[in-house]
Order: sequence, then C-alpha cells, then structure tokens
Amino acid sequence: MNNLITSVGNWVDERVPVSEFWKKHISEYYAPKNFNLWYFFGSLSMLVLVNQLLTGIFLTMHYKPGAETAFASVEYIMRDVEWGWLIRYMHSTGASLFFVVVYLHMFRALMYGSYQKPREIVWILGVTIYLVLMAESFMGYVLPWGQMSYWGAQVIISLFGAVPYVGEALVEWIRGDYFVADATLNRFFALHVVALPLVLVGLVVLHLAALHEVGSNNPEGVDIKKKKDAEGRPLDGIPFHPYYTIKDIFGAGFFLFIAAFIVFFAPEFGGKFLKPDNFVQANPLVTPDHIPPVWYFTPFYAILQAVPDKLMGVILMGVSVLILYIVPWLDRSPVRSIRYRSWPSKVALAIFAVAFIRLGMLGLSQDSSTLELRLWTFVYFAFFILMPIWTRLEPTKAVPERVSSA
Amino acid sequence: MSDTQPLASVEEPTDLSRRRLLGAATGVMGAVGAGAAAWPFLATLRPSDKAKVIGAPVEVFIGSLAPGQMTRVQWRGQTIGIMRRTEQMLAQLPEMTDRLRDPASDTTSQQPSYAQNEHRSIRPDILVLNVHCTHLGCIPRMIPEVGAQPFDENWKGGFFCPCHRSMFDLAGRVYSGVPAVLNLLVPPYSFPDDEHVLIGVDPQGAA
Repeated sequence: MNNLITSVGNWVDERVPVSEFWKKHISEYYAPKNFNLWYFFGSLSMLVLVNQLLTGIFLTMHYKPGAETAFASVEYIMRDVEWGWLIRYMHSTGASLFFVVVYLHMFRALMYGSYQKPREIVWILGVTIYLVLMAESFMGYVLPWGQMSYWGAQVIISLFGAVPYVGEALVEWIRGDYFVADATLNRFFALHVVALPLVLVGLVVLHLAALHEVGSNNPEGVDIKKKKDAEGRPLDGIPFHPYYTIKDIFGAGFFLFIAAFIVFFAPEFGGKFLKPDNFVQANPLVTPDHIPPVWYFTPFYAILQAVPDKLMGVILMGVSVLILYIVPWLDRSPVRSIRYRSWPSKVALAIFAVAFIRLGMLGLSQDSSTLELRLWTFVYFAFFILMPIWTRLEPTKAVPERVSSA
Repeated sequence: MSDTQPLASVEEPTDLSRRRLLGAATGVMGAVGAGAAAWPFLATLRPSDKAKVIGAPVEVFIGSLAPGQMTRVQWRGQTIGIMRRTEQMLAQLPEMTDRLRDPASDTTSQQPSYAQNEHRSIRPDILVLNVHCTHLGCIPRMIPEVGAQPFDENWKGGFFCPCHRSMFDLAGRVYSGVPAVLNLLVPPYSFPDDEHVLIGVDPQGAA
C-alpha cells in the first residue's frame, strides 16, 4: 500500500513539482522561532479571505443585482433561504473582521520595521492589497441597496468629481447614468464578485511569494539568515510546518470563537458593522440625516472633513493612504524593531495609533469639532513627514547577532 | 542575456536596424490595436441610450405653490427644488453678502447666464435649484425659519446639509468656511407659461 502511494506520488512529482513546492513554502520554509501574538494576523487575514470567498459564492447564488431586485433579494436571503442569515452575517461580519486583522497586521509591520530592506516589495504589495480591499468592501457595501449603500455610493463616487476639468465626465462614466442608479449597482456587482477578488487573490499570492523569497522578519528585527547551520538552515529558524501551522491553528480557533460570538449574538455590532439606515431600501429623494462610512473608513473620512475645500480634501485623503507606500524610505533607522530604538520612535508610534483611532471616532460622529479634526489630521501626517528626522537622530541599541541565547 | 553564448539553434540577425524598425512598428500598431479594442469596453460603462432618453425635460405645475413653499421633482435622477420665495426672503438676500463665499455668483458653471443675478433665478420669486449639496451630493434640509439653530446662531433661513454641515442661503449661495465651495447648481429651465416650469430647457433666445 505504502509503495503504491509512493509511486503515485513520484509519478505526479515527475510531472508537477508538488513536493518541491510543499518543501519550499511549508515544510522547509524557515521562519524565525520567536514569533509572538502579533504574527497571528497574517494567517488570520488569509482565513478571513477564504471565508469571504466561500460565503460570497453562496450569497451570489441567491442575490439578484439590480435596483429593483437587490434589496428584496437580500431580505429573501435573510428570511427565506435556509441558513441564509448565517451565510450573510458571516460575510458582513467577515468584512469588518478583515479590516480588524489587516490593521493589526499593518501595525505589527510598523512596530517591528517589517517593511525595511529587503522587504520593501512585501510591504508595497501589502499596501496594494489594502487599497484593493477598500474598493472591494466599498462596492460590497453598495450591493444590498439600502439607504446607506445608496448614499454612501453617492458620496464616494462624487469624490471623483473633484478632479479638475474631467471630474464631472469621470463621475458620469463611473456611475453609468446621471445619478447612482441600476447601472452603477450592476457594475459594482461585477467588480465585487469577479474582478476585484481575482486581483486580491493574485496579490496575496505575490505578497507571500515575495515574503518567502526574503524570509520573515521577527520581533527582534534580527536577520536570521546571517547565521546558518552546516546545511544552510538558519540557526534561529524553525520549519513553518509543523511549528507555525500548529500555532496558527490555535490562533484561528481563538479568532473563530470571537467571530462566531459576533455572528450569532451581535452581527450588526451596535450599528457599527451594519447601519440601521441600511435596512431601509435606497431612495434617491431622501438623504439620511447622517452618512458616516463603515468604521474602517472613518479615519480617512475625518481627514476629508478637516479640509474646507473639496479638491484639497480629496487630495489629502488620498495622500493619507498612499503615503504608506513610501514608509520603507521614510524610515532611516539602522535597526528594524522598536525594541532597539529609543523613546522618539515609541512615542511617535503610540501617538500615531491614538491619532488613527481618534480620527476614526471623529469621522463616525456628526458633531466633531473642526479644530479637533484638524489637530489629529496634523498629527497623522506629522508621523510620516517627521519619520526621517527622528529615525535618523535617535540613538539605537545594537541588534544582537542571534534571536536569543537563552 | 548579453554575456551568454549565442544559441546554436538560432541564427544571429545580420541587419539589426531593420529588426528594430519592424519591432517598433509592430509595437506601435499593437498599441493602437489594444487601444481600439479597449474602447468598446470602456464605452459600455457610459450612460446607455435608455438612460439618456430618461434624461428628457420635466414640466412642473407651480400654480398651487404657496409663498415660502418648496416642491421637489426628479430630473435626470437629481432632486430639483422649486420654491416660491416671500418678499421678506428676497429682501434678506442682499444682507447675506458678508457670510457668503460667492455672493455675486461669479462661478459661471453653477448657473446659466440668465440666472446670474442677486436672486439667482429668472423670476425673482421662483427659485429653481438642483438641491444636491455641491460638496458630496447629499440633499440639504430647507430650513426657512430665521433664528438660532444648533449649527448657526445667526441663521437667516436657507439650506443646511446634514452630511458635512455646509450651509446655503435662500438663493442657494454657499456660506464661506464650510466644506462645500460652490453655490447650489441652477439647472437650465424656462417658463412655457405663468403656471409651469420646464426643467432641462433654456428660455427661448438664451444661450
């Protein structure tokens, strides 16, 4: 029996290098042995992506795009399709949790300098994934065709109207009509269900390929490839399988426990994941009193609100996201991890985190003071603009050769 | 590539300039072809003929519109407000100048030339406005009452956008220091007779 399995395996391997792939990326991919809690969020992002793809495929079997049918078909899924409510809540909760794990994953990279040489392209691909994810979630939010879907789309699409000269024509082209209409919904459906998921999966493959080429960073920021054993294996590395597959399964179990609690007991999450206004069908004649975006966009929305000029506001909002691309070059520090940096880096990162959260809160509210909006917007940008200065001037501790002698 | 030995199976080109010309010509033609092939795909995204037909003019009866009242109709999916302003409202307009960003309606894109005046309308009393906020397209609330409001202590009546707190006066002119920077848009319109407004058609003789 064993002989048969081996010979079939060999037969396949001679034609497609399955075991070579398995070794390179799983069983002989050496990751640093000192990963901590922050390193769960990469694999958790993958888990949520799979959840979104799987539940999304099943939702598509019942959802009917179109201004006349969309809202009713979502209610049909919720009420009449067996277990339809579960699939839909897994998808809508998954969207928010996607951003939770991605934000934590990005914060990890900022803390431990995971974007530094030689991982710049890993970071650039990651930021691109984040951008595509924003587009994907925005378009998905439009599909139920509730009031928030409709007016959110109205607000976001008109941002493109700020482009000089061609703005109006561009907006009309994106909408496919003189207002947000059936044509808009249908193209968003096509992009949300086919185009962007393809791009997203492709980018994730590239993100991992780039990571496995240069190897994972770690909380110490030590380059484990410097010290290798006689067979060329990093002394501080352990094979991804079984060590990190087991660890990640434990993380996934913990995460799914929390996710299941939300799906079953608080799927709307107090109006944060699904807004009450979105349970009212879209009506082009009535604007809801308040159109805040979903929580994961509110920091950028707050930056938009801080500027009393449409074009400048849109530019600043765009820059606030795109500036992430140049972080590998803004950071001039000779060390990666925050553990070997001094207080300026620690204070700056802490203040930045507070600014991001505070902007998120301000963007969610209708009565935020303009002064406070501008203050935190200023702090947000100061973090990036001043990064080359403090990272160059601050003293750093010497990074050890090995992860830990203990 | 340059350091490697030439392949035994490949014959070295003898005339490199001819090869370059052919390569460039193929590239250019390929780009033109790709552009031409992309066009139909991009053009499918524009408003369809059906959408264009639905964008036809709309006639509205205003005989029953009381002073101070506003009615709303849809034209091209946009909400158009038609309001009959009172004498007091019109008298208030010149006093607003200090608080407005563009009191004289100098931005020509925001109204047809026949509505570029103090009251931003053909007939002083009848105001025809696209009431979508010029910031991000929400529909501001019409609050005609004069008096302190939560968002403005010196409110003289006008439009207040709940999305981002932009304010406009009763001629749709934008306040300074709010997110919106343009006055509310006046659509093309005309009066076929005293009791009707035709939205989407300029008056005869107007450009």
